Amino acid sequence: MEKAKIDNDYILEVKNLKKYYPVSRFSISKNRAYVKAVDDISFKIKRGTTMGLVGESGCGKTTAGRSILRLHDITGGQVVFDGKDLSKISPGKLRRMRPQMQMIFQDPYSSLSPRMPVGEIIGEAVREHRIVPKSQYRSYILKVMRDCGLQPQYFYRYPHEFSGGQRQRISIARAVALNPKFIVCDEPLSALDVSIQAQIINLMKDLQEQYGYTYLFISHDLSVVEYISDTIGVMYLGSMMEMGDKKRIFENPMHPYTKALLSAVPISDPDVKMNRIILSGDIPSPVNPPSGCKFRTRCQSCMEVCARKVPKLKEYEEGHMVACHLYSQD
Amino acid sequence: MGLLNIFKRKKIEGIDNTMYLTLRDERRISKENNKIIKYYERMKARKNVPEEEYLTQMRDPNNVVEFENLHTYFFTDVGTVKSVNGVSFDVPQGKIVGIVGESGCGKSVTSLSLMQLVQAPTGQIVEGSIRYKANDGKCYEITKVPRDKMLKIRGKDISMIFQEPMTSLNPVFRIGEQMDEVVLLHEDGMTPESAKKRSIEMLRLVGIAMPEKIYSKYPHELSGGMRQRVMIAMALSCNPRLIIADEPTTALDVTIQAQILELLREIKEKINGSIMLITHDLGVIAEMADLVVVMYAGRIIEKGTVREIFHSPKHPYTIGLMKSKPSGKTTDDRLFSIKGQVPNPINMPDHCYFYNRCDRAMEVCLGEYPKLIQFSPTHFAACYLYDESRLSGDDLAKE
Amino acid sequence: MTDKERNKAMSYTDNNNTEPELVQNFRVISPGRMVAKRFFKSKLSIAGLIMIIFVFIFSFVGPLIIDATWGYKETQVFKIERNTDMVTVAQFTGPDGRTYDYYDKSQTVIIFKAPPSAEHWLGTDTSGFDIFTRLMYGGRISLVISFIVIFLETLVGIILGGLAGYFGKWVDQLIMRIVDVFACLPYLPILLVLSAAISSIETIPAEHRIYYLMAFITLMGWTGVARIVRGQILMLREQEYMMAATTTGISSIHKIFRHLIPNTMPQLIVSATLGLGGVILYESTLSYLGLGVPFPRAAWGSMIALADPSRGQEILAYYPNMWVPAGILIVVTVLGFSFIGDGLRDAFDPRMKR
Ligand SMILES: Nc1ncnc2c1ncn2[C@@H]1O[C@H](COP(=O)(O)OP(=O)(O)OP(=O)(O)O)[C@@H](O)[C@H]1O
Ligand SMILES: Nc1ncnc2c1ncn2[C@@H]1O[C@H](COP(=O)(O)OP(=O)(O)O)[C@@H](O)[C@H]1O
Ligand code: SF4
Ligand code: SF4
Ligand SMILES: [Mg+2]
Ligand SMILES: [Mg+2]
Repeated sequence: MEKAKIDNDYILEVKNLKKYYPVSRFSISKNRAYVKAVDDISFKIKRGTTMGLVGESGCGKTTAGRSILRLHDITGGQVVFDGKDLSKISPGKLRRMRPQMQMIFQDPYSSLSPRMPVGEIIGEAVREHRIVPKSQYRSYILKVMRDCGLQPQYFYRYPHEFSGGQRQRISIARAVALNPKFIVCDEPLSALDVSIQAQIINLMKDLQEQYGYTYLFISHDLSVVEYISDTIGVMYLGSMMEMGDKKRIFENPMHPYTKALLSAVPISDPDVKMNRIILSGDIPSPVNPPSGCKFRTRCQSCMEVCARKVPKLKEYEEGHMVACHLYSQD
Repeated sequence: MGLLNIFKRKKIEGIDNTMYLTLRDERRISKENNKIIKYYERMKARKNVPEEEYLTQMRDPNNVVEFENLHTYFFTDVGTVKSVNGVSFDVPQGKIVGIVGESGCGKSVTSLSLMQLVQAPTGQIVEGSIRYKANDGKCYEITKVPRDKMLKIRGKDISMIFQEPMTSLNPVFRIGEQMDEVVLLHEDGMTPESAKKRSIEMLRLVGIAMPEKIYSKYPHELSGGMRQRVMIAMALSCNPRLIIADEPTTALDVTIQAQILELLREIKEKINGSIMLITHDLGVIAEMADLVVVMYAGRIIEKGTVREIFHSPKHPYTIGLMKSKPSGKTTDDRLFSIKGQVPNPINMPDHCYFYNRCDRAMEVCLGEYPKLIQFSPTHFAACYLYDESRLSGDDLAKE
Repeated sequence: MTDKERNKAMSYTDNNNTEPELVQNFRVISPGRMVAKRFFKSKLSIAGLIMIIFVFIFSFVGPLIIDATWGYKETQVFKIERNTDMVTVAQFTGPDGRTYDYYDKSQTVIIFKAPPSAEHWLGTDTSGFDIFTRLMYGGRISLVISFIVIFLETLVGIILGGLAGYFGKWVDQLIMRIVDVFACLPYLPILLVLSAAISSIETIPAEHRIYYLMAFITLMGWTGVARIVRGQILMLREQEYMMAATTTGISSIHKIFRHLIPNTMPQLIVSATLGLGGVILYESTLSYLGLGVPFPRAAWGSMIALADPSRGQEILAYYPNMWVPAGILIVVTVLGFSFIGDGLRDAFDPRMKR
């Protein structure tokens, strides 16, 4: 029923987001080197949908996710969440807004405080933000736990007694208990076994259906992203290379990097042999990325113009944007 | 007082079936463990063992390795972990054998047993045999080979590639130094110059563009994919007949993974060796392996050729695994998921280990552990669903 | 939060009469419990615990029992008559020109250095104090001092180290440089000089000397704690659960007290336990040198000082009952704290986890 109310507006708008990390803190020279972890990316997410963010490790996915939630200061750009510009909001106000945007972490072991029982991990912030009246606190937490597939007697247990999958459920319950609108999922599956991954994906999908959450789903597993997302963004060295509807990206990948990425996914069928694009060369250092198109050192269709000019992210079909000189830039 | 409870046993049926050990139990267990461990350690430390004692004959001369009823246990203070509990399979010459399974199901321990690298003293091979045919035609019974002899076999004939390439390279030595050392150790009549030549040649073989430059770099200066290549080059430098690759691409990105897998396949052709490929990614198995072994909680539940496993999986766990991986086809409906989780390794049930998660479990499944049932000369699965002699009329009716 | 959202939150709880029963009748293994279990598994830590419990009972319960049964006090002087008859024989020539023999039979009266006996188990010392009783009072003061000092050290260390770790930047720089300065001062010489200075200032009553002493030991000792706390906090700040705490939007105070401090505790407990033994040693050293606990009060260090060879070999050689027990108690206490500290460290160490 929540889903019926979803209108077409965007819950999150990221405009020209930049996050640079200085390379060394005690650099003597004035013009310090920076790792451009996120370098000018823009995208929007519709309410109640899931956007997948894929890319190689170190390409800035986590940094993008954390910058959006203002978990650290950003170097430039704007994040507009639900009509409010998060980059301008005061710390106190931001803290009060936090319950609305949550995060699920990659490592189920280090993301739960080892000295707190599960009930407290999930409920601490619920109490602090007074999400429910005091009298209903207990039953509310238990309800959330049941929704996330945790048994009520786990309430008093400590994280060390749980397996990776159960810990990830606790982590999800902690986010869900705050009644958020938007959840950043930073590779929530990569530390889990295949059979447990399916349980967690189903749980996340069910919760989305029930409560209309919006997800930003970060992953390097393309098959999972294909399954769970509505739109997909492909990142490479801090920049968005291709972005659009899931169908369009998977059926008609335009960017050479996306093509390589898609062809590299191993297929679970011994009779299907993919015509694989093997990228030669390694990922360049993010401290000094190649000039022009960042992908040109590994691109098979690299042209002369690619070294000179940075390709702009342009829309070629409806809801399908690509940054590559192979397609007309004007 | 809460503190005193650590000395008491309290277990409430129904609500809490987790076993908690009291202090006294733990003391008793560790005392017993010490006795057992001492016995096995003494066996391994023997010197001047006559060769007859550990030379043996292969069942099938085409195999490089034969595991038979291997049991490797860890004697921990909280109880005995039966990490490998009766595993039998063969690695034929020139083939890639894929081992899949959930984390903690004993994949790594199986391969470490072959190398005699199981973390001693708690980890010990307690039963079964591993027969290995070396380059010189001799067949060794690895479980009986004394430690000093094993040093020679390990690394030269069998080499291993680990999951985390950073931790398996020593950070304080240059790549070249580490590679030369391996060559010098295992090859007779090598001079430092020829070792260097060999190392550079190997680096070139694994597709590193400027091997001379990489030769004098430190591990931290390389990317993950490069380090994994260096590991592979190192593993190859002594002409091994068997490469054990323990999750060689789990820490890498898909594009790098594709490179490494391609490389492994090429190299296998070049040296005509065998590969034991351990992974939890079914896609990787489907692409690489000729034969597949599916493990669950320390046992083999199904084995067969890739086609058999992927086109007609028999065991409910294998079937579930195939279905639970999202692929382009399954887009909109719910994913199939196997409920529950792996049972506690210390308190394994007597019946089928998969019982608590199986959606086709029957009454007979609570009987003794199911035997391997043969479907074809190569295809086996351990499940009562296919055991006609054991199925009662009731269960058949339900089918 | 708007009404609509609140309603959504409430929808979770509308049928709250179905709350599952949450009786806490099952075993919960908390991290503390695991630590306790691992602690008790080591024989050495149990030995340490027994030693410390013994010393505690000896020093805190002991005096009460002694007081109740025999009524001995800390500074009660026992002049013990020793029934050694002394016969003096002399000859003198009387006025009558004859030689007389003179016999004098007398009893020696004031004997302080009584040997061990039923009334005085370990005898009395040079001032006539009961040694056994004074051992108890000496233990009391040593333990009290060491606990107060460690408490203060830890408190100061947590606050300064916590500030440095949590705020970083210039706060960190400033505090850590102060720590560096303190850490390179030679501990014992400075302590000796300061104590000597204090005892020479006449306006300070002798009884108060001990407070200054504690202040000095604290002043010298907080730096270690500060370093540990800062290091821990720097490490913990990188943990994902701290970031998770930020995302849930709980306040900084709660973040520090519910997430940071509890997770630094293991390290602190270990270092404090190991530190207790150290403080007892310092206190004993100072008392031995006469710079610590002032005279009529008992202290293990000053009891050993009776045997100081520079004041003659007599006590060292013939009265081991005066100084050996104090020495043994110091050894037992310091060893006990070390064993417990080591046991705790092993118990807390995550590598011990199976
Ligand atoms: N705190 C930091 N200080 C300096 N550089 C950083 C920091 N955090 C991230 N980086 C750099 O920023 C880049 C992007 O990092 P990020 O963690 O966002 O990658 P990612 O795409 O999430 O990778 P993965 O898939 O491995 O999680 C990397 O080059 C990384 O080294
Ligand atoms: N050094 C060790 N001590 C105790 N138990 C161990 C040790 N190494 C592995 N195990 C146990 O053996 C089982 C199998 O582990 P492993 O073979 O590493 O799993 P995987 O299939 O993921 O490679 C697990 O239950 C694990 O806990
Ligand atoms: S812009 Fe040029 S180098 Fe970059 S992806 Fe397109 S073709 Fe390749
Ligand atoms: S034996 Fe029974 S429980 Fe085990 S996998 Fe087969 S059907 Fe399932
Ligand atoms: Mg990341
Ligand atoms: Mg493994």
